[in-house]
Amino acid sequence: MQLAKVIGDVVATCKDPNLVGQKLLLVQPLDPDHKPVGRVLVAVDSVGAGAGEEVFVVRGREASFPFLPAEVPTDLNIVGIIDHWATVGEDRP
Amino acid sequence: MILAKIVGTVVATRKDERLVSSKLLLARPVDPSGKAQGGYLVAIDTVDAGEGETVLIVSGSSARMAAGLKDAPVDAAIVGIVDTVEVKT
Repeated sequence: MQLAKVIGDVVATCKDPNLVGQKLLLVQPLDPDHKPVGRVLVAVDSVGAGAGEEVFVVRGREASFPFLPAEVPTDLNIVGIIDHWATVGEDRP
Repeated sequence: MILAKIVGTVVATRKDERLVSSKLLLARPVDPSGKAQGGYLVAIDTVDAGEGETVLIVSGSSARMAAGLKDAPVDAAIVGIVDTVEVKT
């Protein structure tokens, strides 16, 4: 999974039937120092995250697993809202 | 998923038979403000998107979960037409 921050949301009325009812949130991947890294992506949300919250996301086909048996066509899903994280002495570049 | 803008169409009469009757569109990833970022991709359209529209594209094997693509050889499917993108923080 990957660290990320919810920075906004996306509205799309015309979409795949299995996406109806799913919240679409804008997420910015983060590095362990809470700094943005990489592109802003769109994730579905299965834990009720809101803008400003730090979360972790699952990518790929597994992103649709929380919704099975419904086949939600998503490759990014917020599966955890992070309270806090700490990095132990690791010499990062 | 990624946000992308439809910049063209792709026509291929000779193609895998599971792709027959699918609409192929040319899309370019964009950031929330609409600025292009990254390379182009061919995506199968399942929501009748048109040129110039901002869309939602699912990639990888999850693309096959989009409507009617169960065993189609695809890794990018357009699954939504975006009305608004709001950056709050």
